[in-house]
Amino acid sequence: MSAGALLDVQGLGKEFGGLTAVRAVDFAVEAGQIKALIGPNGAGKTTIFNMIAGAIVPTRGRVLFEGKPLPVRRPHAVAARGIARTFQLVRLFGDMTVLENVLVGCHGRGRAGWAGCAFRTRRMREEEKRLRERAWQVLAWLGLEGRAHGPAALLPYGEQRLVEMGRALAGGPRLLLLDEPGAGLNAEEHARLAALIRKVREEGTTVLLVDHHMDFVMGLSDEVLVLSYGEKLAEGLPREVRRDPAVIAAYLGVEAA
Amino acid sequence: MTAADQLAQYLASGLVVGGVYALIGLGFVIVYSVTRVINFAQGEFVMLGALLMVTFEARGLGAGAAFALTIVCAAALGALLERAAVHPIANAPGLTILIVTIGASIALRGAALVVWGTDPFALPAFSAGPPFHLLGATIVRQGIWVLGVAAAVFAGLWFFFTRTYPGTAVRGCAINARAARLMGIPVERMWLLAFALSGALGAVAGAVIAPITYATYDMGLMLGLKGFVAAVLGGLVSPPGAIAGGFLLGVLESLSAGYLSSGYKDAVAFVVLIVIGLVQAAGWLPWRVAEEGEA
Amino acid sequence: MTAGRRWALLAAAAVLIGAAGGMVRSSYVLGMLIFIALNGMAALGLSLVMGFAGQVSLGQAAFYAIGAYVSGVLTASYGWNGWLSMAAAVLAGAVSAFLVGLPVFRLSGLLLAMATLGFGIIVYYVLVNWSAVTGGPSGLTGIPPLAVGGFRFDTDARMLWLAWGCLLAVLGLAGNVVDSRIGRALRALHGSPAAAEAAGIATTRLKLGVFAAAGATTALAGALYAHYLTFINPSPFGFAFSVELVVMVVLGGTASLWGGVLGAAIVVLLAEGIRALLPLLSASHAGAEYEIVVFGLVLMTFMILLPGGLAGLARRSA
Repeated sequence: MSAGALLDVQGLGKEFGGLTAVRAVDFAVEAGQIKALIGPNGAGKTTIFNMIAGAIVPTRGRVLFEGKPLPVRRPHAVAARGIARTFQLVRLFGDMTVLENVLVGCHGRGRAGWAGCAFRTRRMREEEKRLRERAWQVLAWLGLEGRAHGPAALLPYGEQRLVEMGRALAGGPRLLLLDEPGAGLNAEEHARLAALIRKVREEGTTVLLVDHHMDFVMGLSDEVLVLSYGEKLAEGLPREVRRDPAVIAAYLGVEAA
Repeated sequence: MTAADQLAQYLASGLVVGGVYALIGLGFVIVYSVTRVINFAQGEFVMLGALLMVTFEARGLGAGAAFALTIVCAAALGALLERAAVHPIANAPGLTILIVTIGASIALRGAALVVWGTDPFALPAFSAGPPFHLLGATIVRQGIWVLGVAAAVFAGLWFFFTRTYPGTAVRGCAINARAARLMGIPVERMWLLAFALSGALGAVAGAVIAPITYATYDMGLMLGLKGFVAAVLGGLVSPPGAIAGGFLLGVLESLSAGYLSSGYKDAVAFVVLIVIGLVQAAGWLPWRVAEEGEA
Repeated sequence: MTAGRRWALLAAAAVLIGAAGGMVRSSYVLGMLIFIALNGMAALGLSLVMGFAGQVSLGQAAFYAIGAYVSGVLTASYGWNGWLSMAAAVLAGAVSAFLVGLPVFRLSGLLLAMATLGFGIIVYYVLVNWSAVTGGPSGLTGIPPLAVGGFRFDTDARMLWLAWGCLLAVLGLAGNVVDSRIGRALRALHGSPAAAEAAGIATTRLKLGVFAAAGATTALAGALYAHYLTFINPSPFGFAFSVELVVMVVLGGTASLWGGVLGAAIVVLLAEGIRALLPLLSASHAGAEYEIVVFGLVLMTFMILLPGGLAGLARRSA
């Protein structure tokens, strides 16, 4: 649809049995943008995310990334193309430390296989050093160095979200999918999150996010896309979308704080 | 014996054995569809059905009374298994429950060994008389009993599941446990019923096959596994599928034993299992074998 | 546990085993210790499969048998060098596990478990029926013990050192893997498969890798078994042994390197204990009967009350 867009979603649809969760949605995300998907609960936002990330197979349509179709049903292959994501409910590796969680995010930057790891070859050790340096870089960037060796599961929720973002950023993705990054955060944390997302964009990563908090989303995003019942309701600049009568009708009485 | 007669013979014996596999497979399907548990001990109920018949008849009970008593005992044992071993861990992952049922099957087998020893027991056929001859095949009298009892059981189950309240409740649980619970169906009791029912089915299978193949303490493992394959052939959640699967497996086994090699006869079921796995993994199966969770 | 502590434990174990080989005279005790090492290697592999790949394999005995028969046949029937044949056995274990895993790992957990069961039984049937190569039910004799130059591993003490040497080496290598990129990927897979995939980890390939590694360690144990007893037949490699391995893992704990070995030790000792107690309880022929009842009950009890095994208990109190 849009030539040269980083992410091009074409006619994406998903049916679960008899239920149509997403109904032929088209949109694009330009490189360097911060774009938001908003809509009432059940509008299909997370389903779209899951389809882009390869976790769910679309019933129709396809997604192009940098001009080429994304693999379907293999999330690790999507990740290898340079797309990282976070989850609605934080999914950290509870048994591992914060540093190790972020190191997992570096997995794609390494090549060591079973034999290399078992015998601790020189190549494996050098690679390990490089991965650790990268992980520490990311932790420092997020201000989490102090927490590095602590168990990830014991952190306060806001910091857990940061760790998950660190894990996503560690691989150096070109597109970051954030699924409700603000859920469970208070106003001050939201502000910090917005600043962080802007920083991420400055470093060269495009951001597509899903969220419910209007002020947060409208203040942060370059473009907003409104979904309702699996269909695109409106798309455009925040202030335009805000005034769109169809959008207001869909959100009638559901103005989130 | 002409080639046609030979084929008829293999088909006939395959169908008889297939009827037994179908009964056992039904037991798996009933438990799995309601509880999402594979009851590895299913085969041991078959064994118990056979050995209990032997013991009851040895004590002087007629075939009919022994049969009834055996079914009741097996159903009770199935219920006991559910209460003692499955219900306490009802929310555990399926693999955990599978291992528990493996433990139960081992314990049952060991207990049978202690009680009955290693010797095989012979059981008289349900009715005496010479074998039948049909279309070139020879079928022993008990073989007709197997098919007859199986048919009666299938019909009874069909009636139970479609025309009675408890049966429809069980089906409801099988289709959607959460909805069933919301409708007021006591899901825990359905689990109990499913296990009791499958215990009874296993015992029926054991009781009817014992006069043909003898009863031993370790007959359960192989029969159970083959019944499982029959259930898988039908998709693990479909009773008619399990029935068809059972007969199909029986015939396949019989044909391969006759035309290929009898040494590998028992391996046929497992080759089928792996082939089904391959076919499903390749996405060629027109029906879904029930899986836990999509990507 | 940290790498440092692990190496210390391995070193301590090595010293103890070295001493035991020199001091213990009882063939019975040495035999038990050897079997603990062999079963430990197999259980270790299975515990990784169950703990990290999250799958139950009910057919691991097949890989043990493959290891035993490949090494046994190559040396006894084709005169191969024992060490080369052991390497071939390990390779055979890894490759066959990989090939079996390819189709089977696309199945869901329960079907996968049953498919592995099917594989185990098929291998057993092949061993029994392919008499020309395997010697059929009567088995294969004349397997030479392993040797380095003139030093033959033909006494219990020497086999003890060799078997434990291999076990400790495997533990060391496995420990290296745990601390590495692959190890982190395994722990990630264990923690959250969806998040692991999102981080770029090819989870199916990883599970296959674990399965192949388990096939390799199990085959190694089988090969050592063959060169220890110098005679093998199919009967110890049936479904019962596969179940025993599962019992070992359940007892000792999954996703734990030492758990498998611990479980192996407990099972071997438990079996011996039952056999020793039997004459006191009844006059019946074999202890095997009560043994299996006890194993069945133990398996059930542990899975109901302590599914994490003893290693899980240790982790919880740590």
